Amino acid sequence: MNEPLHLWLIPLFPVAGFLLNGILGPRLPKRLVTAIGVLAPLASLALVLNAWALTTLFAAKTCAGCGPGTAVVLPYAETLPYPWLAIGPLHADFSLVLDQLSLVMLLVVTGVGFLIHIYSAGYMRDDPGYARYFSFLNLFLFFMTVLVLAGNILLMFVGWEGVGLASYLLIGFWFQKPSAANAGKKAFIVNRIGDLGFLIGIFLLLGTFATLGFFQIHARLAMSPGWHGGILTVICLCLLAGATGKSAQLPLYIWLPDAMEGPTPVSALIHAATMVTAGVYMIARLHFLFDRSDFALGVVAIVGAATALFAATIGLAQNDIKHVLAYSTISQLGYMFLACGVAAYSAAIFHLMTHAFFKALLFLAAGSVIHALDGEQDLRKMGGLRTKLPVTFWTMTIAVFTIAGFFPLAGFFSKDAILYAAFLEGAGGRILWFVGLLTALLTALYMFRLWYLAFLGQPRTPDAHPHESPLSMRGPLVILALLCVCGGWIGIEHFSSYLGPATAANRALPSGNAQLERLLSAAAVGVALLGWFIADWFYRRKPDSPARVAAALPVSYNLIANKFYVDEIYGAVIVKPLLMTSKYILGWVVDTAILGGIAWLLAGIASLSGMILARWQSGNLRSYAAWLAAGAAVILLFVLLATWPHAWSSHFFRVETVIKLRQVTVLHFGQVRH
Amino acid sequence: MSALDPIILDLILLVPLAGAILIALLPDRFKLPNWTALITTLATFALTLHLPAHFATGQPGFQFEVNVPWIANPAIFYHVGVDGLSLWLVVLVGLLAPVGVVASWNTIQTRRKIFYSLFLVQQTAMFGVFVALDLMLYYGFWELSLVPMAILIAMYGRKEGPQAALKFFLFTFIPSAPLLVAILWLYARTHTFNFADLQYQVASGVLPAGALYWVALAFLVAFAVKVPVFPLHGWIADTYNEAPVALAMVVAGKLGLYSLLRFHVGLFAAQARTLAPLLMVLAVIGILYGACLALVQRDFFRLMAFAALSHFSLIVLGIYGLTFLGWTGAVYQILSAGVVEGTLFLLLGALENRFRTSIIPSYGGLAARLPRTASYFVIATLAMIGLPMLSGFIGEFIILSSTFTLVGRGWAVAASFTVILGAAYMLSLVQRLFYGPESALAASKSPSSLDLRSGELAILTPLVVLMLVMGLAPSLWLNSIEAGVHPPPRTAPATQRAVIVSAPAGAPSGSGRSEGPVVVPATAAPATQSSPEAQP
Repeated sequence: MNEPLHLWLIPLFPVAGFLLNGILGPRLPKRLVTAIGVLAPLASLALVLNAWALTTLFAAKTCAGCGPGTAVVLPYAETLPYPWLAIGPLHADFSLVLDQLSLVMLLVVTGVGFLIHIYSAGYMRDDPGYARYFSFLNLFLFFMTVLVLAGNILLMFVGWEGVGLASYLLIGFWFQKPSAANAGKKAFIVNRIGDLGFLIGIFLLLGTFATLGFFQIHARLAMSPGWHGGILTVICLCLLAGATGKSAQLPLYIWLPDAMEGPTPVSALIHAATMVTAGVYMIARLHFLFDRSDFALGVVAIVGAATALFAATIGLAQNDIKHVLAYSTISQLGYMFLACGVAAYSAAIFHLMTHAFFKALLFLAAGSVIHALDGEQDLRKMGGLRTKLPVTFWTMTIAVFTIAGFFPLAGFFSKDAILYAAFLEGAGGRILWFVGLLTALLTALYMFRLWYLAFLGQPRTPDAHPHESPLSMRGPLVILALLCVCGGWIGIEHFSSYLGPATAANRALPSGNAQLERLLSAAAVGVALLGWFIADWFYRRKPDSPARVAAALPVSYNLIANKFYVDEIYGAVIVKPLLMTSKYILGWVVDTAILGGIAWLLAGIASLSGMILARWQSGNLRSYAAWLAAGAAVILLFVLLATWPHAWSSHFFRVETVIKLRQVTVLHFGQVRH
Repeated sequence: MSALDPIILDLILLVPLAGAILIALLPDRFKLPNWTALITTLATFALTLHLPAHFATGQPGFQFEVNVPWIANPAIFYHVGVDGLSLWLVVLVGLLAPVGVVASWNTIQTRRKIFYSLFLVQQTAMFGVFVALDLMLYYGFWELSLVPMAILIAMYGRKEGPQAALKFFLFTFIPSAPLLVAILWLYARTHTFNFADLQYQVASGVLPAGALYWVALAFLVAFAVKVPVFPLHGWIADTYNEAPVALAMVVAGKLGLYSLLRFHVGLFAAQARTLAPLLMVLAVIGILYGACLALVQRDFFRLMAFAALSHFSLIVLGIYGLTFLGWTGAVYQILSAGVVEGTLFLLLGALENRFRTSIIPSYGGLAARLPRTASYFVIATLAMIGLPMLSGFIGEFIILSSTFTLVGRGWAVAASFTVILGAAYMLSLVQRLFYGPESALAASKSPSSLDLRSGELAILTPLVVLMLVMGLAPSLWLNSIEAGVHPPPRTAPATQRAVIVSAPAGAPSGSGRSEGPVVVPATAAPATQSSPEAQP
């Protein structure tokens, strides 16, 4: 392919937007800020679409008849002319790589990102920090595109940390609220715990492969096909630690619900559609490593399944509309991990894509509700919004049915692909499949609960006067709703064959048959219907029954409503002891008492001897200097005496004598020793 | 070859001194001392930039070297020069000097003549430490760098200046006495103060190893206190708390770290090798200990002190890993820490000057009123906690990855916890200063004059840009640093057989390196003198 794709411009546009709005923003007119903020992602999206069109066309032209494969053109790499870090054996370039995987991811990131930028222009219209908001949002897009395009793991780490920074800044966007400032800090620190694992993974890769480039690592692994487990397992587990932090999986998911303190479009873009899927993307990107360790893959699958179920349970009892969606995101990310764990990377990325559509839509619709109710987020105070906010209601309805997994919406296809892939993985796979199915039931239940509480029934706050959102917010809702409907129609077969060159597991996946697949699909839709039915029963027909259930099972209800007390446990087991130890044991005992005490003791001895020597003190500077010199001389003499054999010999004997003496000693001791 | 080359180091040493004399002579009126100091430091900085501009990258050895006899007996030479190790450190001192002047601009109101004179003398002393290649000359500059510091801490301390100065004095001057003795001992044995000659003689093994061990230890302790290395850090919290910010930003770190590189490991390779494991343990303890204590400080200068302990310990870890990568990363991290901490000190000093307190809980919610201060502070914080694309990441990554792959995985993993703890204490600081509801303190001042002034912005903006460039294009620095980095091999050369040369009478045999039989490499002692007779 001859035309350059100018990949480096994809991150460049958002970073230019960040700098312009970040530095000049407060002094620019609002329209210009909006223009800069929205055009930057649009330009990136255009470049991505251009790359997609060019590669597809070129592949079709050069390889007519050999199917839809883009393997002839991709991967396509661009490396900036100067290296980033080149010292000794360490070498990392600014290398950007476009392959099928990064292309799909980029389409999602810039596409959904662009829509959410438009939505933000309406949502944040009256905020005093408008320019700051757009600059941060562009900064996020910059780091996210770097993460996706990175051709080596160190550059990926740049994006990885960078999106964490953007997330920190945007969660704490309303920094006057202590809860927002706390949530931002918590997100960053918890992510850093995972990043420690990621960093150690990088060190291990560096030590094992002596390179950081994805291609190079892949090539070295390909040279030794029999290499399984061992250090590779350790590397994978370290990287998985990073992924659990970024993608909010057990045990590091605790930052994501708090992250809902940020503006709702931020929650949609960063904490639902794109950034939190970075862990899944990273595993898919490095699948050639994970494929070499069944143990690590098993851990990925178990973490994913456990998180999916765990978070879905908590989602049942949340009353804040955004918290329900946050736990739902954690749960859906668990599905993606589950898919990665059974080496169904295409299914994971497929679900990543459809999830980006429906979860972004859910958040944006929720944002529209919150916007309409002037900041109200409590589901118990909503109700009856169906007629007041028709566009929001209908798009939200599509999103709810999509996430619940109804045919023929996007969520059906992707969730089905994951459950099917899990089911084929033997007995362990059946358990994973069952957990996934149970999660699907809970998903339908909590989503329809939200739907009934917010939109149906009677308004619970009569004095509220909700108003439909402006066009800039409704437009993205409608487009995302269309994507929710059609996004899955490509089908997992086509999707995997497109992604194949980038993510095909290099081991044969067990194959099933069409009949089994249809059966499993029917089961999935069945549990979704069951979930809908239960929600309908509880929240429409017998609206007082949830309270009765809660009263009947106080322990379980409290456990779930309080999110299994995980935050409290972490606080009591890790944070408190660390701070207490630092303050009292290290600060008071070690630093002040022991080390300070020793210092004072030495000073005390000095002053005591000073008192004894006080009679010699004349207050005369010259005599002090004399004493200092004399003291130094005494110490010098002492040192010379302490090492007398050498000192004496070199001063008082001739060189030859010394040599002979040494020879004697050497020989003497040498004989004794040998 | 530029015409300035032969005299550039003389100029760098003399210009601040001349400025100091000029300030002493000029009257203390208007802002005369301030402007004189600022112009002097800017001129010096411009001069230091001559060094990298004309530095021959890739050429080993010292450049811009000047070596003239100074005192005949004892043979002290005025011998100065820079190599890759010291090149950028000289520039860093040059860069931080105007930063220090700006940081003192409004803070120092009384006795400005003394302050700025001594400040400039201190500059000369620090330049001297980095360029001196004659051990006695080096010692002179080393001592000279301590004196103005102690005086200024005593004079301008915030609350308990004299006490902090006394502590600083006790901690830093007392270890200097053994250092002097050690230097004199070396002279007594070798009749030279020349760095290269001494390096050769120490390595050749003509000197008694037992005594060398103590000599090396004297060097080490003097430097380790100045870094500081755990547990010799007792002075740093009080000094950071009391010293004027212009001095606090230079008092710790680079002088000691550079001296460790050049004059401890560089001079006493074998002795440093035996002590390296101990220093790595202390470094890892220091990293975690400093970070944990930084978490619970209530005063932001004390927080910075423990953060500095943590960061400098990481550099010590890089140094005593004794790898090429570790040393390169260490030098780079010294530069980065200098820039980042200089920025943070300038900002914290500005806050302290405006609100008259350094107690963190008094603050809160400043970001709304001081958006520029908050932005710069956040960027510097991110550079400090090692966010990729900013300066702090490069050195940290090089040190940690080389320690992990070449030295020991356990060390690196333990040290890597700094990425979590560092983020925790720095982001807490940001939050407690700038976020949350506006505190009574912030509300009590009129907002017009609070945010950064143009003078401060003029110096902060280049620093922030520098952090970004250092994070994006480290090769600009690393290429010249590489040439000056020569760590000794991690293990003694394999061909060496340990041979016992002598045992002091009464010493227990086989008790290791200190008092016991003195072990020197077999190739060492007899190589020059006795090898012909060793094979009769």
